[in-house]
Amino acid sequence: MLEHLKQIDYGTPRRESAQEVTLEIDGETVTVAAGTSLMRAAADAGVNIPKLCATDSLEPFGSCRLCLVEIDGRKGFPSSCTTPAEAGMKVRTQTPRLQELRKGVMELYISDHPLDCLTCSANGDCELQDMAGVTGLRNVRYGFDGANHLKAKKDESNPYFTYDPAKCIVCSRCVRACEETQGTFALTISGRGFESRVSAGQDQAFMDSECVSCGACVQACPTATLQEKTVIMIGQAEHSAITTCAYCGVGCAFKAEMKGNQVVRMVPWKDGKANEGHSCVKGRFAWGYATHKDRITKPMIRKNISDPWQEVSWDEAVNYAASEFRRIQAKHGKDSIGGITSSRCTNEETYLVQKLVRAAFGNNNVDTCARVCHSPTGYGLGQTYGTSAGTQTFKSVEKADVIMIIGANPTDGHPVFASRMKKRLREGARLIVVDPRRIDIVKSPHIQADYHLQLRPGTNVALISSLAHVVVTEGLLADEYIAERCEEKSFLEWRDFVARPENSPEAMELVTGVPAADVRGAARLYAVGVSSGPATGVRSNGAIYYGLGVTEHAQGSTMVMGIANLAMATGNVGREGVGVNPLRGQNNVQGACDMGSFPHELPGYRHISDSTVRSEFESAWGVTLNAEPGLRIPNMFDAAVSGSFLGLYCQGEDIVQSDPDTQHVAKSLMAMECIVVQDIFLNETAKYAHVFLPGSSFLEKDGTFTNAERRISRVRKVMPPMAGLADWEATVKLSNALGYPMKYAHPREIMAEIASLTPTFRGVTYEKIDKFGSVQWPCNEDTAEAGTETMHIDQFVRGKGRFIITQYVASEEKVTRKFPLILTTGRILSQYNVGAQTRRTENVQWHSEDRLEIHPHDAQERGINDGDWVGIHSRAGDTVLRAQVTERMQPGVVYTTFHFPESGANVITTDSSDWATNCPEYKVTAVQVMPVAQPSEWQKSYSRFNDEQLELLKSASTPKPVLEISAAK
Amino acid sequence: MSIRIYVPRDSAALAVGADEVAAAIVAEGARAGHDIELVRNGSRGLFWLEPMVEVLTDAGRVAYGPVEVEDVAGLFAASFQTGGAHALKQGLTDDIPYLRKQERLTFARMGLTDPLSLADYQAHDGYAGLRRALQLPAAAVVQEVLDAGLRGRGGAAFPAGIKWKTVAALEASQKYVVCNADEGDSGTYSDRMTMEGDPFMLIEGMTIAAMATGATEGYVYIRSEYPHAIATMTQAVILAGAAGFLGNDVLGSGRAFNLHIRKAAGSYVCGEETAMLESLEGKRGIVRAKPPIPAISGLFGKPSVINNVITFASVPIILTRGADFYRNYGVGRSRGTLPIQLAGNLKYGGLVEKAFGITLRELLYDFGGGSASGRPIKAVQVGGPLGAYVPESQWDIPLDYEAYAAVGAVVGHGGIVAHDDTADMAQLARYAMEFCAIESCGKCTPCRIGSTRGVEVIDSIVNGENRPQQVQLLRSLCDTMVNGSLCAMGGMTPFPVLSALDHYPQDFGITVPQLLTA
Repeated sequence: MLEHLKQIDYGTPRRESAQEVTLEIDGETVTVAAGTSLMRAAADAGVNIPKLCATDSLEPFGSCRLCLVEIDGRKGFPSSCTTPAEAGMKVRTQTPRLQELRKGVMELYISDHPLDCLTCSANGDCELQDMAGVTGLRNVRYGFDGANHLKAKKDESNPYFTYDPAKCIVCSRCVRACEETQGTFALTISGRGFESRVSAGQDQAFMDSECVSCGACVQACPTATLQEKTVIMIGQAEHSAITTCAYCGVGCAFKAEMKGNQVVRMVPWKDGKANEGHSCVKGRFAWGYATHKDRITKPMIRKNISDPWQEVSWDEAVNYAASEFRRIQAKHGKDSIGGITSSRCTNEETYLVQKLVRAAFGNNNVDTCARVCHSPTGYGLGQTYGTSAGTQTFKSVEKADVIMIIGANPTDGHPVFASRMKKRLREGARLIVVDPRRIDIVKSPHIQADYHLQLRPGTNVALISSLAHVVVTEGLLADEYIAERCEEKSFLEWRDFVARPENSPEAMELVTGVPAADVRGAARLYAVGVSSGPATGVRSNGAIYYGLGVTEHAQGSTMVMGIANLAMATGNVGREGVGVNPLRGQNNVQGACDMGSFPHELPGYRHISDSTVRSEFESAWGVTLNAEPGLRIPNMFDAAVSGSFLGLYCQGEDIVQSDPDTQHVAKSLMAMECIVVQDIFLNETAKYAHVFLPGSSFLEKDGTFTNAERRISRVRKVMPPMAGLADWEATVKLSNALGYPMKYAHPREIMAEIASLTPTFRGVTYEKIDKFGSVQWPCNEDTAEAGTETMHIDQFVRGKGRFIITQYVASEEKVTRKFPLILTTGRILSQYNVGAQTRRTENVQWHSEDRLEIHPHDAQERGINDGDWVGIHSRAGDTVLRAQVTERMQPGVVYTTFHFPESGANVITTDSSDWATNCPEYKVTAVQVMPVAQPSEWQKSYSRFNDEQLELLKSASTPKPVLEISAAK
Repeated sequence: MSIRIYVPRDSAALAVGADEVAAAIVAEGARAGHDIELVRNGSRGLFWLEPMVEVLTDAGRVAYGPVEVEDVAGLFAASFQTGGAHALKQGLTDDIPYLRKQERLTFARMGLTDPLSLADYQAHDGYAGLRRALQLPAAAVVQEVLDAGLRGRGGAAFPAGIKWKTVAALEASQKYVVCNADEGDSGTYSDRMTMEGDPFMLIEGMTIAAMATGATEGYVYIRSEYPHAIATMTQAVILAGAAGFLGNDVLGSGRAFNLHIRKAAGSYVCGEETAMLESLEGKRGIVRAKPPIPAISGLFGKPSVINNVITFASVPIILTRGADFYRNYGVGRSRGTLPIQLAGNLKYGGLVEKAFGITLRELLYDFGGGSASGRPIKAVQVGGPLGAYVPESQWDIPLDYEAYAAVGAVVGHGGIVAHDDTADMAQLARYAMEFCAIESCGKCTPCRIGSTRGVEVIDSIVNGENRPQQVQLLRSLCDTMVNGSLCAMGGMTPFPVLSALDHYPQDFGITVPQLLTA
């Protein structure tokens, strides 16, 4: 019954080599890539050599001595994990002599191990138990009175797993996983000889150490030593399903291990191409929110937001919403309502919401939360390369020689990819970090950035132009590449532009604050790499990874294009190891954009004004589509305030907490007459809603997510929706109530429709995803069966790559005497986005409140000590947080996160936004910071409002006549 | 005319008051109005005579020892400065039989010179080897070492030239020469004497290795318990660098070799070469699995020549005198000489450099003078704490790697520790397991757990608990350790244990018939 827990473990990592060697193992001829271990070669031949310290995610270590083999012509008994296969070898893996030695080793292990298998939490999933069986150990001749660790004390400090040293066999798999897989180096072996034990930090408790709780050690542990507390509590799972994590845009594949409808644990899936068996504290452990008591499982309605909520049936709720939408449209016109799709929902759900808006609402007032994060990526990469997506797979980083990270904090925001990146950096790749803060990856164990260009917030474009200036004026251009693959005219214009003296690092130093010499050094490093100059014609691979520190600016789109220019100019697009890679914030932000969530685009990024495309959809959907783009999110807010936009269908998105200038957002919502919120919790936006449709978590539905690699992976239902309907089913119901029929029995049918209407998805089917584990778009008759790993290989999607001039324009958010500091925002490892999920898990033990990071100089000037309450004032509003004085910040810049609604980080942020896409300028707000004694006015009013709303929720389950509601019809 | 007086600065002399004696000589000389030139030389290695004071006379150097502070006035009174008769007088140093009978090739300068005098070093053939090496093609230098038959003196006896050849043949951005000076075997001190008494010899040997293999950086990893060796080596590296023997342009050759001194981490296992590399890299000192061999992927993953102090120290004379000169010493495949270290219960403990082929009996009696206690010698541990106890029946076997291996013994680093008939071999066997338990790095299971169990099982045997079964268990455990351990620590700990059990069963309370049935 526990077979589903086991996956073939080849013992040592796969080796790639053009050279093959053929040898004989137990009389069988085996051919493997040169460098493959005997252990792995044997596994290929179907022979499982006993092992304990070896696992195929870690480099061989050779400590357990169970995998000894005999090789003809060699003395002794070499360990098969550390011995590479050689041509002509004759290896014996099973002989009486080997059995005797293995049994001897096993006997030693068991002489210092509790004999409590039956009551052990790893019972049935323990490699030590398996090996005791395999070696035929029947008796421990040493007895159990000798020295032992059986009374060693457990460390239960981590909320998710326990460390029980009594069960430790000192295989070092956890230590090596922490080093090799995760790259944190928090674990070591303390003591030597018999006293050797795993130690977090310097003999600290796990929670007091540098451990980031990624779970790699727990995953690697062959015994019950490092064990999930859920497994200890409820036992091994009896079945499992592969699904995709619903946190960040890395899109890790997980095996959801289940007991009936109960999740026992989430285990990173070894064959998941985005994560290759690795995980972070969120995906691995922070899934308890899915069954949190705050989940709302009944539809609710109310006429006014000051009324108590009333639980109703799905039909009642949906009919009420439909009637309200139709009433508003009848009174205020077709365009007076709209919808917002979610980057957290599946592709299929997102597709349905935009379809509902376009076909049932009959307008194009649909937008998505990508508006506030990566919309400039879509625009910028579309303009330059012809497609709105990252160019690479994550695996590509393994071939990068120079990595440039701009405005991204991968160790916190995209931790699993950060681990892959750090692995490459430890192998010797060079690192350039462009960030106002000294983020962790600038200097962490065995990693040190060659250049940290610590620019002032808001000066990205000045910096990218000066990097380009160096490339152009120092003769570092990839001339042949440009001539072959890029537009000549736009290139020449761009070249002349960036070559201007005012774009030189020396001139821009005044703007960016980055020493010109560092900019020159970084430009050279990125352009030509390390060992060979342009003279030899050999360039190393330069890869750019960027995040919201690029997009969330007044010049966000300009910066994306600047990055695209630089990569083209140095020939760093179109092969493995290079590329321009946006690190996507939410699990399905790529998918939400792909699915036509923007007011101007139909699925596949095709403009709504294109009559050919439109007619395809019209005939498929049986409606006439409006050719004019609809409202963007900020336009919806403005229209609401001015009285022309009164109804909103908002699926899985918390605009009140996540969008800038909270008070403006709240004001606009209060001006609307029907807000339908579909979410798993009563989120901040729902507190302004009239209809609440209970959402389903990723564990409760089928569908697909598309990650930052354009990788489409399956989300699989492992438990029934708590509220009875999956999100897609609720949308179908609402559409039907609106009089636009939708009929889908399963999300697979929705994907079939998407594929039939979207050329880049033409080849995508659930069957294919099942077959390959995942597929990457473009996936159609012109691509490989599983789609496209690397984009723009021989030519750009748009044909010739287009250079675009990137003139630096200072943000309107400028420091003044009144607002002398710049506030920039970001995120932290343990919390996710608005925190609705992670705040409802034990992750709060790592981060229980948002704090304001401030440089000691700025703090001292204001009399602020670490932990003091400080008021933050901007032209948009005020809030109060506790200060964290840190040298990570540069003087003049402060920083906070927005994971807690009461922090009001977005009360401060302003309406400043990207010129092309309206993506808010979250990263630059001029502020003043002063010590205070009490919360801000906004926080006080938020607290009052929140208390009222929670009170109104409490009365929801109390049955009440529906007279008032019916009267409203 | 000044009087030149030598008082050794070697740790062995310092431990018995050499500094105080030197100070007393200076003070007494001044009081008596003598113009004394005090030289702090290395030790001659005649430890029972330390502090052994030598005076330079017209006839040569005359030795007095062991000298205590109280003896100094009397020595002056006896005109020892001109070789006057005194109860402590040992005659001309060169005529002391213990020295005269030796074949000092590597230790030729030991005790003769001021260890930190480059002039003294060169006056005694120093740097002749490097100068010759710089005139030869690198491959010829490697060939010379190969032809000399020099094998690793750290214990493993792997041919040095083959390692060098492997490293020389590799293309790499960086190569290293690493000297393993983590001399931790019980009863051994030849590495320490070299570093304290003739440091330039080691530096020269390493420099030759660097020139032969293309390495440009070197490290000497010195046992932390050797403060004087660390100080002397550090000073010697500075002096050699200042004089152009190290640095970016070695002796004007245009070739670089920079040498660094590193203090070891205080762990016996760090004397194992891969654990040493881990430690040098700043990591926890645990053994690496091989392959890859360090010659291919060594320090910081780069090709590295790793040899013991005495191996490198043997190289200058090979280059100076030629491979044939060196290989003409020795027997079988054990060529050249070995600085053997006599210790334990012996009358005359000290350093004996002899060609391979000498027997243990000659060493114990002709040099060692029998036991210090005057009782019969019962067992001799050769090759450090992992070496077998050699019973008298094997004392006539020539000291030779292969001949020793044939009887399950090891030559190792040449340390010899003698025990008289009061020794309890069961307790010594227990100590071997205990030593392993204390020093095991903890990486591999047979060593980590096996050593602790070994102590427990021997205790059971000694206590007579179920003795036949426990003896069988001990043998089974030793088999697991010998064949299952990752390195020699666990793999060789059974050697002293089993040799004690096999040759001295009565000490374990086993009567011979019982042994046969076990």
